[in-house]
Amino acid sequence: MSDTHAYDAIVIGGGHNGLTNAAYLAQAGQRVLVLEQRHLVGGAAITEELRPGFSFTTFSYALSLLRPEIIQELDLVRFGFMPLFMRSHFAPMDNGDYFLTGPDAAVNRAEIARHSKADVDGMDRFLHDTARVKQFIRPLFDNIPPNLFSDDPADTERMAWLVKHLGTADKKLLHDTVRLLTGSISDFVDDYLESDIIKATICSAACVGIKLGPMSPGSGINWLYLSMGEHDGFMGEWSFHKGGNGGFTQVLARAATAYGAEIRLDSHVSSLITEGGEVRGVVLDDGTEFRAPVVVSSLDPRRTFLQIADPRELPADLVDTIQRFRFQGVTSKVNFALDGIPYYPALGDRTDQYGGFINVAPSVEYMERAYDAAKYGWYSEHPYIDASIQSFIDPDMAPPGKHVMSCYVMYTPYKLKDSTWDAQAENMADRVQATMQRFFPNFNDLVLQREIVTPETIESKTGLSEGNIYAGEFFPHQMYFFRPAPGYSDYRTPIRGYYQCGSGTHPGGCVIGAPGRFASQQVLADAKR
Amino acid sequence: MLKQTPFHPRLAELSQSQAWGNWAGYLSAMRYDLSTKHEYFGVRNGAGFFDTSPLHKYWIRGRDAEKFLSYAFARDIRTLKPGRAQYTIWCDDSGYVMEDGVIFRYSSDEFLLTAAEPNLGYLRQLARPFDVEVVDCSEDYASLALQGPRSRVILEALTPDISELRYFGFAETKIADTPVTVSRTGFSGDLGYELLIPASDALRVFDAIMDAGRPHGLRPYGDEALGMTRIEAGLPLIGVEFSSSRYAFTADERFTPDELGLGWLLKGIDDPTRPFIGRDAIIRERMEGTSRWRTVGITVSWQDYYNLFTSHGLLAEPDEIPVAWDTMIYNDKDKRIGYATSFMYSPVLQRHVGIARLKPKYAEPGTEVFIEQTVNHEYINVRATVTTLPFYNPERKTA
Repeated sequence: MSDTHAYDAIVIGGGHNGLTNAAYLAQAGQRVLVLEQRHLVGGAAITEELRPGFSFTTFSYALSLLRPEIIQELDLVRFGFMPLFMRSHFAPMDNGDYFLTGPDAAVNRAEIARHSKADVDGMDRFLHDTARVKQFIRPLFDNIPPNLFSDDPADTERMAWLVKHLGTADKKLLHDTVRLLTGSISDFVDDYLESDIIKATICSAACVGIKLGPMSPGSGINWLYLSMGEHDGFMGEWSFHKGGNGGFTQVLARAATAYGAEIRLDSHVSSLITEGGEVRGVVLDDGTEFRAPVVVSSLDPRRTFLQIADPRELPADLVDTIQRFRFQGVTSKVNFALDGIPYYPALGDRTDQYGGFINVAPSVEYMERAYDAAKYGWYSEHPYIDASIQSFIDPDMAPPGKHVMSCYVMYTPYKLKDSTWDAQAENMADRVQATMQRFFPNFNDLVLQREIVTPETIESKTGLSEGNIYAGEFFPHQMYFFRPAPGYSDYRTPIRGYYQCGSGTHPGGCVIGAPGRFASQQVLADAKR
Repeated sequence: MLKQTPFHPRLAELSQSQAWGNWAGYLSAMRYDLSTKHEYFGVRNGAGFFDTSPLHKYWIRGRDAEKFLSYAFARDIRTLKPGRAQYTIWCDDSGYVMEDGVIFRYSSDEFLLTAAEPNLGYLRQLARPFDVEVVDCSEDYASLALQGPRSRVILEALTPDISELRYFGFAETKIADTPVTVSRTGFSGDLGYELLIPASDALRVFDAIMDAGRPHGLRPYGDEALGMTRIEAGLPLIGVEFSSSRYAFTADERFTPDELGLGWLLKGIDDPTRPFIGRDAIIRERMEGTSRWRTVGITVSWQDYYNLFTSHGLLAEPDEIPVAWDTMIYNDKDKRIGYATSFMYSPVLQRHVGIARLKPKYAEPGTEVFIEQTVNHEYINVRATVTTLPFYNPERKTA
């Protein structure tokens, strides 16, 4: 073993959580090595110029839930962090009308009133009640969960805090919280709103990335989770990073490197090196070994526990839970290079509707029916599409006058019944394009190129099992102190020195960084013991 | 009734908000979009334009023009070459700053001054002993600031003459067959240009700029976004950071260049061959160390700001629109040590920033101070850190 292979910590995976973790550890003075399997860092948060001048956000496409603490603690602004403001939210409708909200509350009220006068204050009540839930949940979200099965004093303290915190809620707040954590989003919004397109707009945020429809119990938790995004201090708001999410992970890589971490590309880790229940390092596919007393896996729980680690070295209950951990990715991407801006007849020459997400989900029923197909192993005839024209917000992502459009497609199950994604990908993308054409009559004429990313592509390129973008479904029994398994939610593992920092740990997926940050706190706390 | 600038017919069409303010008697947009932040990002990540037509503009011409201006202005005009512009101030006899402006040197004896406040009477009075004429041409020209990283590529498409313009250089060129002056100047702290356009042809030039800018996402921005960018750039604004000493009633309303952080303009003040108004007083201030204030930046950590609200059960929803009044600043003993003249949440810096005047002993970068905020109907002080200005200074601004 040469000196150059001696590190304090090795981070497996250069996705955003791995980089975040590495940056924190390096900032604390540790000698850190990040091993990334691909030729670029970023994992599922990358930007690729697939056509000259056109930057595609291949996988994830928005700076969704990034924790503000990370921006500040890692001083990311210094390394080029630049979140761009999403100005609007646009939902085209089947009848040619639309629901378009923007940055002005009074204008939004008028737009709501156009669809339902009763929904004006209905929306205000919905937003206030859910803001209280988010405020209540946030301390749980932004702290390491207690390990219920540990006698570590830190866990006892966390448990005492949790019980105390739950006691601060009034009856309505606790009830609303539990409804959202366990119930369906459409059931929840029915209490407040009557306009279907307004309900659909809210419900659509609950259906991103999970194998559930808006009417399914369990969709509420996804809505709540995705609402924990925070931009410029505003809860529930998302943003676009300059240069796409690849622009963001480049910022993280610059920060990690500046703090002293070393990033090694094209380095696929095949297994851990352990000795007497303790980690000693890792081995790459080509047999190269790197040694360190700490190894942090940013991979999902299946890869962390069943592939990189030897399951025989792990307790049977953990192996069993991880084997039953649900991934079941159900989403695809179709990214378009466009020759111009899509035209929406009812808005004439206006383009400001493209300043944020374009939600092709014209009714709650539309989404539920789109989901139906996935239940039976097929993809939606009429998909729910969460689209965005990032070049409209960041002109540097496409040549002048041209655009890139990211279409995130629900529902496209990882396992197709009696077929394969190789056989179905083009047809799926055709349906996406046809759906866009249905709402934007010049769409087909604008398409210069399209990139199809199926759940299989997500899995093969990023390593996310079954293409689940969250590194594991957001079911209540796979969240908080059950993520990824009861008793193993504290970022440690039964192998001493081996840690987990991926989205399969609390709080979960999205471009969030929290797992990477929390895991670094545990590594550094253990280093002091 | 408020007047309309030559661009107004187009601007009114572009305005979703129709939120007009009053700048020097002209309708001037507070914002065009429904969101100030959206306009701000036009400047920071694309290109934006701001109608500066209400600025006062004066030709200063004649054999003694340089001699006159080197006496009237605190910054040495003799260093300004034709084809160059400079930011300048003029002071009173006691060394207090009256006003500021940007002066363009067209030739050895021809200058153009742009200023926010009217100065024709003052300059003419001052010019009496000199062979120089001061002509108000404010309404002859429309002026437009085109700012942001994409401003150069947009203008280059219209007039390649601007490609080589250096920071604070200007060129006389043509856009849409109209003679215009394009200077590489602005108030955004970013790459940017300002155009001086004959008022009668303003719309023709405007349309050409819009056509060239459309594929680049060019959009208008109003006074609020202007305020955000200029605070990040650390640029003082008359009426906010200071007001003219000639209209002051008290000593607290007057400030010297050093107190305003503008001492850098006074390079060569020791040169006895250039007497200028206020020189002796400023030299005395420096020798005796009597400056009362220093102008600094302050930043508030996001976490501290956030805790201020969450500890009261509130959500922290920071406002990026600059606070329009002074905000008091204290030391750790709760003693007042100064005030922020500008304060806002900066989206690119991801924290609150302000321009502040502090007693000199508190002005060292890194000093911990406390700025007063109103939270839950109480005054509460939040920790802030003294920094240097500007906050935001991308290489492209001067590169």
